[in-house]
Amino acid sequence: MTSLSSASSTTSTTTTQAIESTPELQSSSDQHPPAGDHEEHHGDFRMFGLVLFLVGDGMTFAGLFAAYLTFRAVNPLPPGGIYELELLLPSINTALLVASSFTFHRAARQLRLGEGFGCRLWLLITAAMGAAFLASQMLEYFKLPFGLTSNLFASTFYVLTGFHGLHVSLGVMMILIVWWQARAGGSINRESHFGLEAAELYWHFVDGIWVVLFGIIYLL
Amino acid sequence: MESTTELPSSLIPNHGSWLRYLSFSLDHKVVGIQYMVTGFLFYLVGGVLAGMIRTELATPISDYLSREVYNEVLTMHGTIMIFLWIVPVVNGAFGNYLIPFYVGARDMAFPRLNAVAFWMIPPAGLLLIASFFIGGASQSGWTAYPPLSLRTPALGQLIWIFSVLLLGGSSILGGINFIVTILKLRRPGLKMMQLPMYCWAMLGTSILVVLSTPVLAGTLVMLAFDIVAHTGFFNPTIGGNAVVYQHLFWFYSHPAVYIMVLPAFGLVSEILPVHARKPLFGYTTMVYSILAIVFLGLIVWAHHMFTSGTPPWMRLFFTIATSFIAVPTGIKFFNWLATLWGGKIALNSTILFACAFIVNFVLGGITGVALAQVPFDIHVHDTYFVVAHFHYIVYGGTVFIIFSAIYHWYPKFTGRMLNEPLGMLHFVLTFVGFNLCFGPQHWLGMNGMPRRVSEYDPQFTLMNQVSSVGALLMALSTLPFLINVFHSAWRGRVAGDNPWRALTPEWLTSSPPPVENWAGAAPHVEHPYGYGLVETTP
Repeated sequence: MTSLSSASSTTSTTTTQAIESTPELQSSSDQHPPAGDHEEHHGDFRMFGLVLFLVGDGMTFAGLFAAYLTFRAVNPLPPGGIYELELLLPSINTALLVASSFTFHRAARQLRLGEGFGCRLWLLITAAMGAAFLASQMLEYFKLPFGLTSNLFASTFYVLTGFHGLHVSLGVMMILIVWWQARAGGSINRESHFGLEAAELYWHFVDGIWVVLFGIIYLL
Repeated sequence: MESTTELPSSLIPNHGSWLRYLSFSLDHKVVGIQYMVTGFLFYLVGGVLAGMIRTELATPISDYLSREVYNEVLTMHGTIMIFLWIVPVVNGAFGNYLIPFYVGARDMAFPRLNAVAFWMIPPAGLLLIASFFIGGASQSGWTAYPPLSLRTPALGQLIWIFSVLLLGGSSILGGINFIVTILKLRRPGLKMMQLPMYCWAMLGTSILVVLSTPVLAGTLVMLAFDIVAHTGFFNPTIGGNAVVYQHLFWFYSHPAVYIMVLPAFGLVSEILPVHARKPLFGYTTMVYSILAIVFLGLIVWAHHMFTSGTPPWMRLFFTIATSFIAVPTGIKFFNWLATLWGGKIALNSTILFACAFIVNFVLGGITGVALAQVPFDIHVHDTYFVVAHFHYIVYGGTVFIIFSAIYHWYPKFTGRMLNEPLGMLHFVLTFVGFNLCFGPQHWLGMNGMPRRVSEYDPQFTLMNQVSSVGALLMALSTLPFLINVFHSAWRGRVAGDNPWRALTPEWLTSSPPPVENWAGAAPHVEHPYGYGLVETTP
């Protein structure tokens, strides 16, 4: 890359010379690999792309939260339509999900240390915690005294927690895929671990959304 | 280039057959053309629907279409034109074709994602059109306001929701790709403030896409729940709140206007300097204006809802914020005029469409500021005045620029020039037809003709007939354009690499460009608008 920029500075700033200088092509062909390997000669921006995607995903939640808060503020529920939510199970759920962020982080660190077995073990633990969260969420759904169409609060509650639960389900699947890829001889190893990092970032995001959701729906 | 024979096949212009345009291609230029042709096909469909609307409105009574079909037609017209023609073409087509050139890259940051984003569009569009034939399309307008959207045929409304979700998803993936490409894929040494203006416009647009489209997605999922599961989010009869839908919908759909018009601002900023042979006036202010429009565009949505029982403080806030948008927009407008001022303007189809854009856009912009004022807005809300304002922005603004850009970049896409006399004919028909069609609608709206009706008071007949004649001219204008595009592809004058003697990087390669964009290194363009500067003029 350094030779490239010096070449262009020696040909002065005249822009047209860049296309007229075809004789240069043969000598510098190694700097310009042929078609097909676009991804090779620039850095890896997949993480940045994922962050942007999560910003968008976060906006979906923001819209739903805004709708929920507005409904609460302007649409008072009829008498008898107000429910005290059970706090014990959701609190355990929150602790479970927050803790799973740390176990995932630990898995990533193990991989960086070259501990393939430890990495896979912590990944499995994280996936199990995610699955436990989902199971416990289902349990809560069955115990609740209202259904999807009972009233406005009930509908918003199920759509919000359900949409989040969908994210958790996808996350658990991602973790299991990463767990499989991190096996000995798999595509995720100490040198190449984008999949694991991406799944980790996604998991932290889902975790963070839950904390906000817990605060808004259960505590507020 | 004599050395073509020695080049690897990937560097030869026109590599591969035209069948690659029907494939899952990763080449950003192929994807760009795919967006453009697909978008134009949907434009023709939307245009036929518009023709049906204007035919119905040529007489004050409902005689040509049944009322239900009229509602379906106007809903599909709006949805197709916005989501399948303007957004994909002005973002996807030109963005994909030009942005990698402008940042000095050989492709987009995520070529595969790019192809996926494109291939979500044809199924979504076909699905939408198919809904006409399976139980009837949605009849609730492109805004799909509940409770109206809860009362139209459920299947058509659900197909509409699903299509818009697909198109929104495509748009988000494209937006992510543009942001990463513009911020991260610039060739070494290329500073942000040296980027051609279209890059800044697409950066701003993509930020709006990523921030606002997901909100629409969430809202439409809630609407789908209301239809399928009979929840009551937006259904007032069972305790819901329809105004919340409007807030969430406009949180996307007002920025969507900027998603449609900001890229056009970028394209006109590329076109004017080339054809006026002058540097773009006020580059820095242009950049900050775009950023200001992006920010303000996110906080003005409720000006669409002044008649929806909005509290006074909300009216005040959104009126002031909306009026503020006129400032950065005005800066851009005067910068374009200053770019033209004293230039050596070539009178061709490209510049005619671009100048007509400026005229139309000022008219649309002024009526926009007027609509931001609550008393006036309440008077003309949901009348033809709003229809006129909107079409002056998106047709008079964006579509004129799309045509201008096609005349400008067609030589780059194909290696041949478009025919100028046919282009002039296209321009005259479009410009006269457009103003005949939408100009009288201001008057109709001011005098109280509501929009989205197939019958009206006979006192409005004359102006409606003028409007319909204008629509006919617009329909006719498509013919010389289509003839031109097909004829010139075979018989057009060979363009050479840089027929406009332009300085932006896409012209500093062969026409059409090789797969790898440049045979050698990406050219170092320090002054993309350096016309008249001694050391940069070719």
